[in-house]
Amino acid sequence: MSGDQDQSSQLQANIKDAIAEGSSLRLMGSGSKDFYGRELGQQRVLDLSGNRGIVSYEPTELVITARGGTPLDEIEAALEANGQMLPFEPPHFDGKGTIGGAIAAGLSGPRRPWGGSPRDLLLGIKLLDGQGRIMSFGGQVMKNVAGYDISRLMAGAMGTLGILLEVSIKVLPKPAEEHTLIIDRDQHSATRLIGQMIAESQPLTASYSLADKQAIRLACNHQRLAAIRQKYGLQESTESSGFWQQLRDHKHDFFQQPKTLWRLSLKPTTPLELTEACLQEWSGGLRWLYSERPETEIRSLVERQGGHAVQFRNGDRSGDIFHPLHPRILGIQQGLKAVFDPHGLFNPGRHYSDY
Amino acid sequence: MGIDRQSLAAEFLNMLPSDCVIYREEELIPFECDGLSAYRKVPLIVLLPYTTEQVEQVLKHCHEKQIPVVARGAGTGLSGGALPHEQGVLLSLARLNKIIEIDQDNRLACVQPGVRNLAVSEAAKAYGLYYAPDPSSQIACSIGGNVAENAGGVHCLKYGLTLHNVLQVTLITIDGERLTIGANGLDAPGLDLLTLITGSEGMLGLVVEVVVKLLPIPERQQVALAAFDDVEIAGKAVAEIIAKGILPAGLEMMDNLSLRAAEDFVHAGYPTDAAAILLCEVDGSEDEVSEEIMRVRQILLDSGAREVRTAEDETERMRFWAGRKNAFPAVGRLAPDYYCMDGTIPRNQLGKVLTMIGEMSEKYGLPCANVFHAGDGNLHPLILYDANNEGELEKAEEFGGEILELCVAVGGTITGEHGVGVEKINQMCAQFPDPELETFHAVKAVFDPQNLLNPGKAIPTLARCAEFGAMHVHAGKLRFPELERF
Repeated sequence: MSGDQDQSSQLQANIKDAIAEGSSLRLMGSGSKDFYGRELGQQRVLDLSGNRGIVSYEPTELVITARGGTPLDEIEAALEANGQMLPFEPPHFDGKGTIGGAIAAGLSGPRRPWGGSPRDLLLGIKLLDGQGRIMSFGGQVMKNVAGYDISRLMAGAMGTLGILLEVSIKVLPKPAEEHTLIIDRDQHSATRLIGQMIAESQPLTASYSLADKQAIRLACNHQRLAAIRQKYGLQESTESSGFWQQLRDHKHDFFQQPKTLWRLSLKPTTPLELTEACLQEWSGGLRWLYSERPETEIRSLVERQGGHAVQFRNGDRSGDIFHPLHPRILGIQQGLKAVFDPHGLFNPGRHYSDY
Repeated sequence: MGIDRQSLAAEFLNMLPSDCVIYREEELIPFECDGLSAYRKVPLIVLLPYTTEQVEQVLKHCHEKQIPVVARGAGTGLSGGALPHEQGVLLSLARLNKIIEIDQDNRLACVQPGVRNLAVSEAAKAYGLYYAPDPSSQIACSIGGNVAENAGGVHCLKYGLTLHNVLQVTLITIDGERLTIGANGLDAPGLDLLTLITGSEGMLGLVVEVVVKLLPIPERQQVALAAFDDVEIAGKAVAEIIAKGILPAGLEMMDNLSLRAAEDFVHAGYPTDAAAILLCEVDGSEDEVSEEIMRVRQILLDSGAREVRTAEDETERMRFWAGRKNAFPAVGRLAPDYYCMDGTIPRNQLGKVLTMIGEMSEKYGLPCANVFHAGDGNLHPLILYDANNEGELEKAEEFGGEILELCVAVGGTITGEHGVGVEKINQMCAQFPDPELETFHAVKAVFDPQNLLNPGKAIPTLARCAEFGAMHVHAGKLRFPELERF
């Protein structure tokens, strides 16, 4: 593609300058997830979007390697041309998004319980760390247990450990057909039915549930779809095919409220004593909640059930955005930060206030 | 240095029941090696605690006294990861063997580390569920060991490694603190420490509880067996299956030497004159499987298979697999000893790699059988030798080392699922430059600053690599100069 460029050396020089100046940096791809995480100070923006381009893609190896700044659109188009996909269905939010940003944020779309997450699919990285060292971890093969799994540690680290110059990701064949069915039941009994369908190995690839409207996506042909409709008493959907993409990118009406949006991660069948409506995905494992309740109340409600809560959008961004950690685990994370970014260059405070 | 065995035993007998402390020389011998019996060391003492609290106490004591600790599960590991430390404690977790809970609705099982891999699936069967990772030692190997090694199996391409099937572990740190890493949901807050713990070979902490994902047992499984006159054509058939959008549950290749050995051993019905066979399994609903197996059959024929058979019934399917699952012991019957390698390569390099292994086999004068997880590129060359012949073990080791360096040179890795342990520690120098190795050591130090957990394993010191490098660059020439380096 035009515009492909390996900016490793230039970025390495930027890091060395930052070390010399004693400054810190705000890492930025396309900025599509700029709203996410704790608010940063007045750091200089280090633009990573110029370091882009697909480095290698061999469909029969089920692996794509691309520079961190490569737009998700470009990667998805290349995969689509070969009947393949990024199995974690990364959100694009404002329509942009880079592959490096998608891995660093660690977010997955509706397909996550069936397709995996960024950390599940990440096979290897070329990392530029906070000492300006370029290192490679993992590789382009599915199985690799040589050394600690440093690459996957970068997924969801919010760019606090280093710059993902290159990532290698496992890709999968895209289902030949996908269809949407409506479950005409209340949220509770729909969740039970979805659980039953999974236990009976039905080919689900997404679920959606809000108040009295429930939907599932299935990867199968028309014949099997008819059999499933009949067996579980489900209806054909009149939704446009863009429904799941709107859900993935938070373009759905539910996500347009100006209040604080919480992201709750739980075991699918966990009951929550809430009067507010939750939008559920992942057969109940992911719940979106708009609530004016105090932060501590939401966190303890979720924590009691073995889950965690992220203050995803809006509200005060200077406090805890991600779920507070056990002190010893926080200590380990600070220790890891010191290994990869001893000068505290990258996104200080974006993940947790302590690093 | 030099801790006294008797006084150490007395200290542990004060905190543990007497049957948990093994310290008589003759009783220590059975623990001197794991599944890699070429390496043996007698530990100072063996401890076999019954409870998590006892594990905590032991670690606190070892931390205080600065005693090295090597954890051991079922002892089936193939890289010497559980090789004892002569001045340390060998801490067996085999007695922590309870299945704590099976959560049918959320398809989870909470188990202790000593539970055998297969026992999880057996217990889950009543709920129509199973645990997907299936290393060939699954009858004996333990879940704790699987987590330590990030164990694989024959179904990884579709269902992932241990890493993809574990949601949460309870970890005891070297100073005896109990931590929950991961969560019961699909993600956890903070950095993803579970990715570091899984596959860390007991060097970051001890896992005393594991929450694993369970999957619904597929309605039907069917396997196709294809025979090829040429290994390279078999390799291309694998690529063709993937290119056609099929994601097989299992995709395995055996070369002529290994398939003949397997046939002699279990009478699997393999065509013994084939250069290679492929086993391709699909699973799912009745209809899906019927449709897909026909597609697989056609692709295999179109790709140049000499013959394709599908299993007539479940008995035949099990027989086809029995040959593959018994390939290691089958090959083991061909020679007094064999040395199992575990490299991973990009699939498209298979032809080249097998040809070069064939040339090395001639050079070293040692036969080599090849078993290949073709779906995920994980190659297990089995080098045959006789340890009673002077120098033959060393020759086998050198042959093996050369294979692993070849795997790295073609863009792969020295270990796909068996771990580095003590066995492949020199080859780590071929795979990783100094900054990466320094980073590994620094990560370990975050968890275990005094280097007490399984010291000396998995990550070589830079000094060791300098020495190893000097040995291997003969006359300024790297091995495989003709290959592009990745």
